[in-house]
Amino acid sequence: MKADIAFGQYCEGSSFLHRLDPRWKIVFALVYIVALFLAKNIFAFALIALSIVGLWALSGIRAGILVKGLRPLLFIIAFTAIINVFWFKGETPLLPESWFFQIYLEGIINAALIVLRVMVLVTGTSIMLTYTTTPIALTDGIEQLLAPLAKIKIPVHEFSMMMTIALRFIPTLIEETDKIMSAQKARGSDFSSGSLVQRAKALVPVLVPLFISAFRRAEDLATAMECRCYTGGQGRTRMNVLHSTWRDLVMFFIICAFVAGIVLLNIFAPGYVFTM
Amino acid sequence: MSAIIKAEHLSFAYQGDEDTAPVQALKDVSFEIEEGSFVAVLGHNGCGKSTLAKLLCMILSPDEGKLYINGRDMTAEDTTEDDIYDARRRVGMVFQNPDNQLVATIVEEDVAFGCENLGIPSEKIRKRVDEALETVGMTKYARHATHRLSGGQKQRIAIAGVLAMRRKCIIFDESTAMLDPGGRKEVMDTICRLNREEGITVIHITHYMNEATMADRVLVMNEGAVIMDGTPGEVFSRADELWEAGLDVPQTTELLWKMRERGYDVRLDIFEPEECAREIAKAISEKR
Repeated sequence: MKADIAFGQYCEGSSFLHRLDPRWKIVFALVYIVALFLAKNIFAFALIALSIVGLWALSGIRAGILVKGLRPLLFIIAFTAIINVFWFKGETPLLPESWFFQIYLEGIINAALIVLRVMVLVTGTSIMLTYTTTPIALTDGIEQLLAPLAKIKIPVHEFSMMMTIALRFIPTLIEETDKIMSAQKARGSDFSSGSLVQRAKALVPVLVPLFISAFRRAEDLATAMECRCYTGGQGRTRMNVLHSTWRDLVMFFIICAFVAGIVLLNIFAPGYVFTM
Repeated sequence: MSAIIKAEHLSFAYQGDEDTAPVQALKDVSFEIEEGSFVAVLGHNGCGKSTLAKLLCMILSPDEGKLYINGRDMTAEDTTEDDIYDARRRVGMVFQNPDNQLVATIVEEDVAFGCENLGIPSEKIRKRVDEALETVGMTKYARHATHRLSGGQKQRIAIAGVLAMRRKCIIFDESTAMLDPGGRKEVMDTICRLNREEGITVIHITHYMNEATMADRVLVMNEGAVIMDGTPGEVFSRADELWEAGLDVPQTTELLWKMRERGYDVRLDIFEPEECAREIAKAISEKR
């Protein structure tokens, strides 16, 4: 275990997407997801495929990282594809009628489109949010977007403070876990052999001191925060205020154009109509 | 000069559980701290020095006695949350564990935390944070992640956080105890500079004797009471009493003390190795 693990998947950079206001980015990502599900025909899907190339170009992230990001989804993608190929009842059978199962051309097209949609969904939102936005900026963005909810007594500030502190202490606690594990190994603990149950049991002497120290840290931190005049979100200002720039406006138009494109292609473009 | 902190007969006991007796941590402690002074508080573990720090920051309130901060009685019946909040804006604290006092993941965000709590407008915070980082010499780390810094750097960030709030008095609660020698020097240099150049009142709680010699004044605590109070020279000249209280003295003092026991006429209030060597040479040549 390394203490300098990357938080989430953030890739350092200063591209167009990196410099967008996180608040807008969250909104854009939501609109983008909705647009993906609006697409009905093959041309609209072509536009979707094109959009991912566009996002990639705007983000300046290496393609290899994006492909790596899809790897954990391989199973789900394959599974969805197979289900769709075999279950879909279309009009153009591809296999001789004497066979006990049938595959239709429409089924294959359908499967391909669904796979495309899932891949774009994951990659597109990752590019817009996690790859190009620091966790702190994301938390700030969420806090400000949800700020109106504070009026109906939802503790938005407290939630975001918790997130910030959690992010701050993840590396500290990982480092600590490492230290405790080394200490227990020196006392003869074995974490790497035995059955799953045995391994889980071996972790108990790691978790107990970890929790105790986490509580001690929490108490220290609370004292330190109190000493630094922390009294909750009321009357608090921020040093880094989020600013919308011309970039956000440009991205706004790009997203609008994208949604409009999909809707228009759905209505006017001929061709295969996707049915869910 | 006026006293920024004045304590009169402070007592405090930690209430034990049902089956343990309360622990008397402070007994009848009185002192005054002048504005702009550098006071070291010495004592071995469990002598009540951290309890004292917590009382001065109003994290704990004394069982008995009076505490004045900037002339205001913080123990009066009518002390409100606002008064405590106000006093905390004057007296800041840097803690022992560098990890457990940093709130944000980015250096400058952490320095800004206190100012943000005070509700200062954004541009002003920016300016104060830049100045504070400059003062502790951490400007080029402004955008770095806090968890990757060394212990000494983390403590300097914590100091910057206190400075950005424009506090006139900083209490260091064993802030150097968890650092390596390099980090300790970094932090001590910063503390001394703040005191001399910025006129900030420093209360430095420590068990390192050589750090105490840098102060203008040393308070020695033992079993919850202040047993000695004076300049480093005065306090360390009474080495026998310090040994009795289970404390060490600086190495120079120890050496000079032993010389004196052998009948050499040396001064005891010297902490610089060079000067100490000269004093010993002088005493030896005189004896011949």
